[in-house]
Amino acid sequence: MRVNREKVISFLLVLPSIAAVGIFIYAFILWSVRVSLSQWKGLLPDYTFVGLANYIGLFNDPRFQIDIRNQAIFTVLFMIGCLIVGLALAILLDQNLKGESFFRSVYLFPMAISYIVTGVVWRWLMNPAQGSRLSGLNLLFDQMGLDFLVNRWHTTPYWGIAFIALPAVWQMSGYIMALYLSGLRSIPQELREAARVDGANEIQIYRHIILPMISPVTLSAIIILGHISLKVFDLILAVAGKQLQLDVPAIYMWQTTFDGYFFGRGAAIGILLLISVAVLVIPYLRWNLKTEESL
Amino acid sequence: MKKLLTLISLVLILSIVLSGCVSQASPTPAPQEPGGAVTETAEPGGQGRQQVEVFSWWTGGGEAAGLEAMIKVFQAEYPDIEFINAAVAGGAGTNARAVLATRLQANDPPDSWQGHAGQELIGTYVAANQLEPLNFLYEEEGWLEVMPETLIPLISQDGNIYSVPVNIHRANVVWYNPAILEENGITMPTTLEDWFASMEDLKNAGVETPLAMGEQWTAMHLMETILLASMGEANYSGLWTGEFDWASPEVTTALEHFATALSYTNSDATSLTWQDAAQLVVNGDAAYNVMGDWAEGYFRELDKTPNVDYGWAPVPGSDGVFQFLSDSFVLPVGAPNRDGAIAWLKIAGSQAGQDAFNPVKGSIPARNDADRSLYGEYLLSAMDDWASDIVAGSLTHGVVANDSWKTEIDTALGLFLQSRDVAAFQSALVAACASSGPCQ
Repeated sequence: MRVNREKVISFLLVLPSIAAVGIFIYAFILWSVRVSLSQWKGLLPDYTFVGLANYIGLFNDPRFQIDIRNQAIFTVLFMIGCLIVGLALAILLDQNLKGESFFRSVYLFPMAISYIVTGVVWRWLMNPAQGSRLSGLNLLFDQMGLDFLVNRWHTTPYWGIAFIALPAVWQMSGYIMALYLSGLRSIPQELREAARVDGANEIQIYRHIILPMISPVTLSAIIILGHISLKVFDLILAVAGKQLQLDVPAIYMWQTTFDGYFFGRGAAIGILLLISVAVLVIPYLRWNLKTEESL
Repeated sequence: MKKLLTLISLVLILSIVLSGCVSQASPTPAPQEPGGAVTETAEPGGQGRQQVEVFSWWTGGGEAAGLEAMIKVFQAEYPDIEFINAAVAGGAGTNARAVLATRLQANDPPDSWQGHAGQELIGTYVAANQLEPLNFLYEEEGWLEVMPETLIPLISQDGNIYSVPVNIHRANVVWYNPAILEENGITMPTTLEDWFASMEDLKNAGVETPLAMGEQWTAMHLMETILLASMGEANYSGLWTGEFDWASPEVTTALEHFATALSYTNSDATSLTWQDAAQLVVNGDAAYNVMGDWAEGYFRELDKTPNVDYGWAPVPGSDGVFQFLSDSFVLPVGAPNRDGAIAWLKIAGSQAGQDAFNPVKGSIPARNDADRSLYGEYLLSAMDDWASDIVAGSLTHGVVANDSWKTEIDTALGLFLQSRDVAAFQSALVAACASSGPCQ
């Protein structure tokens, strides 16, 4: 009797969450799939089934091809940037110097700022005006004599999206630093001392002991950064507004649904984004659960 | 202890469930409006007093001030009807339109709302059967006599008029810097060829940016004025009704003219707002800027003097055609206070209402019987043009194309701005007309 009561009460406790997640996440995902398989365009819902037409249309759409290219460039640069900067900051902070907690807060602080604020300020910094109207970082480079660094920033054709990775890395590398710091701190000191006794120098210690031991942290960081970068939307709008050369799937989805009323196409882009995130996250979760079970 | 735990858990479950039920009020516009719009519209007329709830995105600057002035005229004329200002801030209407769409889906329309006259309203809301035709009101109030003839078809569908235009802005205006033109011995050209020639001269004389331009939508604005200037009003208007073929050579020529114009623009255009681009002209960094006449209000905010710091002219080749856009009000189907809404529309279309709104906003009335003493130099010249020119519609500001079509054109334009491939652009425009416009 006691066991049953416990089970019933535990079930009742989680029931509201299950119901909420069930309706607002999974039921709506299924409804989005339904809309993405329809030809709904305009304010009146139109659920006429058209199969995969929206998806095929997207892959033939020059704009969506640009989106995928931009997303790929941004994701790669964002991930590499955050991992390297985050790891470097974590290693520096791990040296147990004075003022560590102060610097830790300073590096973590950008994460607390909204992407819109970051975007607006970096928009001023990355101002691409040339000639007599130089401003922002271009003006700084020019006055410091570093003329060769003056460039068109995010208005550079084709590669402009790479410059959007700058504010993104600035904002998120503190978070990756925090992840790595806790990973580094969990490595026992004895291991390092034993290695030093065996004659290894600092670089060898990092290469052969510490970095391999924090590879689970690297894996989590990659997954987290991956799904953040797939959602990038407000940062790009704050830096550059609606420009096709900096378009990414999330912005295309928003514009085509709410400006153009192409609900079917917007839903298709949404489902594609969901699938890309799922491809990243689901294997990771399964691997995580398995390792926890085996412990 | 177990019993206490059980009790606490049950209380928590109950409170979660109850909080889920209570908070779902009807969708509310984000900021606080005077009079608490949400609770009052839940019970229309319940307090024994008529109301009218008017929805807009006029929350700042000249627009909000103009709206306030018009509300005063309304209250003076209809003291028994309470006016509820349900304006929603943000994003040139993106937030407001999203809120509006939610309310219309929930069958809870406001009594009237503001929108761009033309296909932006008709293609979206009339297609969903959410607007009432207003021909009866136009006949009652005699508006057909005081508004230009060529305007009416552009705000109607199948002979039914769907909105009451309050203000008129002109899109096909070139703002120029008189000092720069004088220094280089140029008088404001009147044909596209002369205009491009003058830009070439300016460039050779060292003017960095002959033609200032801003972010992508301003490129669309430039494109529509050049389409009109290059093709003439008849063919331009035919593009939007399906009578003129997008694949024809006249369109190719127009798009090539557009490409030529683009070659004289500033390289950092994508990072400038329309204000930044317009400011280049009055600061002497650029010679020309094509922008609607709200730029004039901006110049006066910057304390610049007309015909000294800036001059204006119709886009070369489009003299005699007034490419317009208009903010207007509609009558939704199922408006909770239909009489209040009609009262509001009467004021919106009246001489008193329009003369209260427009001087403050910086635009001209749709009626041609305005009190001229209230308007400044540029606006008076615009009113003269409005009374005599042929009226054509703007693309960027929602007159000639519905939102889906405009979004497709915007995508094609974005691709063109990168590739400068006129042939590809033209075929994308043909496809856009076929998929979202009247072409077959």
